[in-house]
Amino acid sequence: MTDAPVISARKLDKFYGDFHALKGVSIDVERGERVVICGPSGSGKSTLIRCFNALEFHQGGKLFVAGNEVYEGAKNINLLRQHVGMVFQQFNLFPHLTVLENLTIGPQKVRGVSRAAAEATARKFLERVRIPDQADKYPRQLSGGQQQRVAIARSLCMETRIMLFDEPTSALDPEMISEVLEVMVELAQEGMTMVCVTHEMGFARKVADRMVFMDAGEIVEMADPETFFDHPRSERCRDFLDKILDH
Amino acid sequence: MSDAALPQNLMPARPPLSRRVTGSTGFALLMYAGLMGLFVYGAYSGAARMGYNWQWYNIPRYIYRFTDDGFQAGELMIGLGMTLVLSLGAFLLAVGAGLAMALLRLSDLVIGKWLSIALLEFLRNMPLLVLVYLFYYVLGPIFTWSRITAAVICLGVFHGALVSEIIRGGIKSVAQGQWEAARSIGMTKGQAYLYIILPQAVPLMLPPLTNEAIQLIKSSAIVSVIAVAELTTVGRNLVSDTYMSFEVWFTVALIYLAITLTMSFGVSALENRIGRHE
Ligand SMILES: Nc1ncnc2c1ncn2[C@@H]1O[C@H](COP(=O)(O)OP(=O)(O)OP(=O)(O)O)[C@@H](O)[C@H]1O
Ligand SMILES: [Mg+2]
Repeated sequence: MTDAPVISARKLDKFYGDFHALKGVSIDVERGERVVICGPSGSGKSTLIRCFNALEFHQGGKLFVAGNEVYEGAKNINLLRQHVGMVFQQFNLFPHLTVLENLTIGPQKVRGVSRAAAEATARKFLERVRIPDQADKYPRQLSGGQQQRVAIARSLCMETRIMLFDEPTSALDPEMISEVLEVMVELAQEGMTMVCVTHEMGFARKVADRMVFMDAGEIVEMADPETFFDHPRSERCRDFLDKILDH
Repeated sequence: MSDAALPQNLMPARPPLSRRVTGSTGFALLMYAGLMGLFVYGAYSGAARMGYNWQWYNIPRYIYRFTDDGFQAGELMIGLGMTLVLSLGAFLLAVGAGLAMALLRLSDLVIGKWLSIALLEFLRNMPLLVLVYLFYYVLGPIFTWSRITAAVICLGVFHGALVSEIIRGGIKSVAQGQWEAARSIGMTKGQAYLYIILPQAVPLMLPPLTNEAIQLIKSSAIVSVIAVAELTTVGRNLVSDTYMSFEVWFTVALIYLAITLTMSFGVSALENRIGRHE
């Protein structure tokens, strides 16, 4: 493989009806890089990373993910999604399946892995997110923090090469946030390529290679964490950081 | 907030005695029995005034009889069998057609969507009786359908339209996030339906589907207008042969009631079970 960026967005435009949700957004994410995106509500953070996973399609510009161009109707979209994991704010575990089945259904049905192999992989990743003893429970029997860790494991079971996180801790009670962040930090230390939308600035300082600030559908500021937190250039970014670092 | 913090008037109150009595199952059954009793009494006293000659003793042999050959189903039982076969066939067809219409409606195909809506609105806004005539007298000869085939297809398609709305509702009530999670692990739309969406939607659909089956059994009586030998047709033929119209129609009504009420109780039991699992 070459050293081309794993995600390369060139002047992406995205509209919801008349609403211009992404206005010419360009960003490259290198292999093994950790990018943290923040910004006010409605600024287009979710929209951007959902484009990376082809859950939404952009209307203008070009997007390459893992070497393939992403566009509506592209042939290899499902293949692409297998390699780009997504962790949602609301976990979105499959409620009718046990934890173990949540992890094995993708490998078994999508990748055609045998049941035994899928279960072995699943147990390995459950171990890694530190809930090996919950395999036979149903999602509703777990705490929010446990559910989110299962969701992370579910993505990992697909042998994802890129992990996208959309505010993975926003729906959690404060005491459960750290257990999810710990798993994410470990993942980062193992070299996973990660794009995280989060307002957990402590986490961002610890793992981010690059910080991105979005506002009104644009990337307003993009810098390494030190510069970003200590010398934000734009007024909007300064205001935003003041607000969220306050509490 | 703890219960103690609630002001007194927000505490759930014990319902008044009158509500507790009128809301109970026993009371409902009593009401029902009373109404039925009144109805039967009215019919009997009316019949007496007409000088009606009751021949209940003649009815059982139209249900079943024992001959030298052993047990034999009577006309009414054969008619009931036809009603059930007709209903079952039509119900299976309705579920198949309903699923197809619902998936078409939910698909990305613009033409499919419009086709499904057009068909739904056509079927939903057409008197079933007219539809029966249409299927038997117009489509029947074209496709050389027998009466029974025409009846099954007509009932199946008509109820299929209603079933499609039940299926669509069930699928729609599965959270959008489930789709996204399924797609994000690389599932195709078909795999997402099969492994993620339908397993969650089907339990929600079962009670309304059973209700629809009850509706179907009731509306199957209408195909007596094209002389399919189901329960209602048998009843009509018996009446014209024996002139026992009161006894025969009472019996036919009771048979329909027995079946539909049994299914209704089944639905409530089903709903209770699903409710408990929530
Ligand atoms: N499916 C949709 N249809 C119409 N408008 C949408 C849709 N999804 C998002 N939008 C709009 O696009 C804008 C960007 O939304 P997005 O979810 O990307 O914001 P965000 O930065 O993730 O915000 P938040 O912090 O609240 O999650 C918002 O104004 C939102 O209302
Ligand atoms: Mg968002």
